[in-house]
Amino acid sequence: MGASNSKTRTGNQKREPKTPASSRGIYILILMTLLSLVGLADSIYLTVKHYTGGIVPCTLTNNCEQVLNSSYATIGGVPLAALGALAYFTVFSLSTLAAFGNPRARSLLFYVVLLMLAVSIWLFILQAFVLHAFCQFCLLSAITTLLLTLLVIADRFYFRRKYEAI
Amino acid sequence: MKRYLPIVIIAGVLIIAVVAGIALWKSSKLAQEEPASQPFAQSTPQASPSQMAQVAQTPAPPPVQLPPDNPHALGGLNAKVTLDEYGDYQCPPCGALYPELKTLEKDYGDQVRFVFHQFPLPTVHKHAELAAHAAEAAALQGHFWEMHDMLYQNQLSWSVAEDARPVFIQYARMLGLDVDRFTRDLDSPEVKARVDTDTERGKSLGVQGTPTVFINGRQLKPEVMTNEGLRLALDYMLGKKK
Repeated sequence: MGASNSKTRTGNQKREPKTPASSRGIYILILMTLLSLVGLADSIYLTVKHYTGGIVPCTLTNNCEQVLNSSYATIGGVPLAALGALAYFTVFSLSTLAAFGNPRARSLLFYVVLLMLAVSIWLFILQAFVLHAFCQFCLLSAITTLLLTLLVIADRFYFRRKYEAI
Repeated sequence: MKRYLPIVIIAGVLIIAVVAGIALWKSSKLAQEEPASQPFAQSTPQASPSQMAQVAQTPAPPPVQLPPDNPHALGGLNAKVTLDEYGDYQCPPCGALYPELKTLEKDYGDQVRFVFHQFPLPTVHKHAELAAHAAEAAALQGHFWEMHDMLYQNQLSWSVAEDARPVFIQYARMLGLDVDRFTRDLDSPEVKARVDTDTERGKSLGVQGTPTVFINGRQLKPEVMTNEGLRLALDYMLGKKK
């Protein structure tokens, strides 16, 4: 881990002179910062609604409230949405740092996103099989995390391998 | 300088997020506390998407409507504009609003979705709860709107009855419902649950009296609940500004 040697294995590829973020890979990171902003906005919205008790619009799915008021919506009094906001902010920070060439942030990003994926899958299972109700803002978050996962995997196993030893 | 750029960006987003969160918070609080200017009471949902958009720099969330949990909807089911009524069948202003809404339903056709939610006030109207049950019991047989019309059109007669139950059963018979089932359903937990769900939802939205009308989630001020006022509000939401 951490040894950043910019040797590439195939000869036809250009050598990157000590640029930790590849020019191609950086698009992935920028995309991730944007996606994490979507997730951040979504979870801030849900957090505020949680505390103010406002009604969450529910146009595409049914029973948003059933999901958001369920016992699974909080952990020890902290709304999951707030934890989500924190997580998305973390992803935003890490991917921004990574885009500016911080290798440690880039490798941490991978694990954070995987953790978020695990939580998202669990929440999706709860909605589908326990609550039998969906909430579109929760699904938006799940989709965001799923996309983040795909990007982070692409980043780690495809682009990054070309430029850095993992 | 470049060294600090990521930190600056991150800090900037943090500040924007916090500010947007606080703004959203305030607008939500405001919406619950007092109705304000124009045809609408200040709205929670309407304010938030634009603020969301600022934070996210992505398209705002889909247009805001109340949860379509209640299946009693008429008009364009995918319409851009939804009118939600929280009503009590025994409340006289609700009875007065009823013909107005009927003409609106006719005039706006598929442009507007009309939704009715039960919000009986049994402390003031002794038959209100049972009337709500009657409508929901009819709904179980697929004839909610027929019973809904019947109840509002004959509000004056059953409201003064000593016992409204036989009257409602009579209505069910007139509508060609399965009377035995209807009679059973009047007291069934399922029907009660449907009414209670609506009432709870209404309360959580800040409904205090009836009729309360929301257009795309924005509560209408009572004084504009006239034919003209409603038209104005619907046209506004449909984008036909005058």
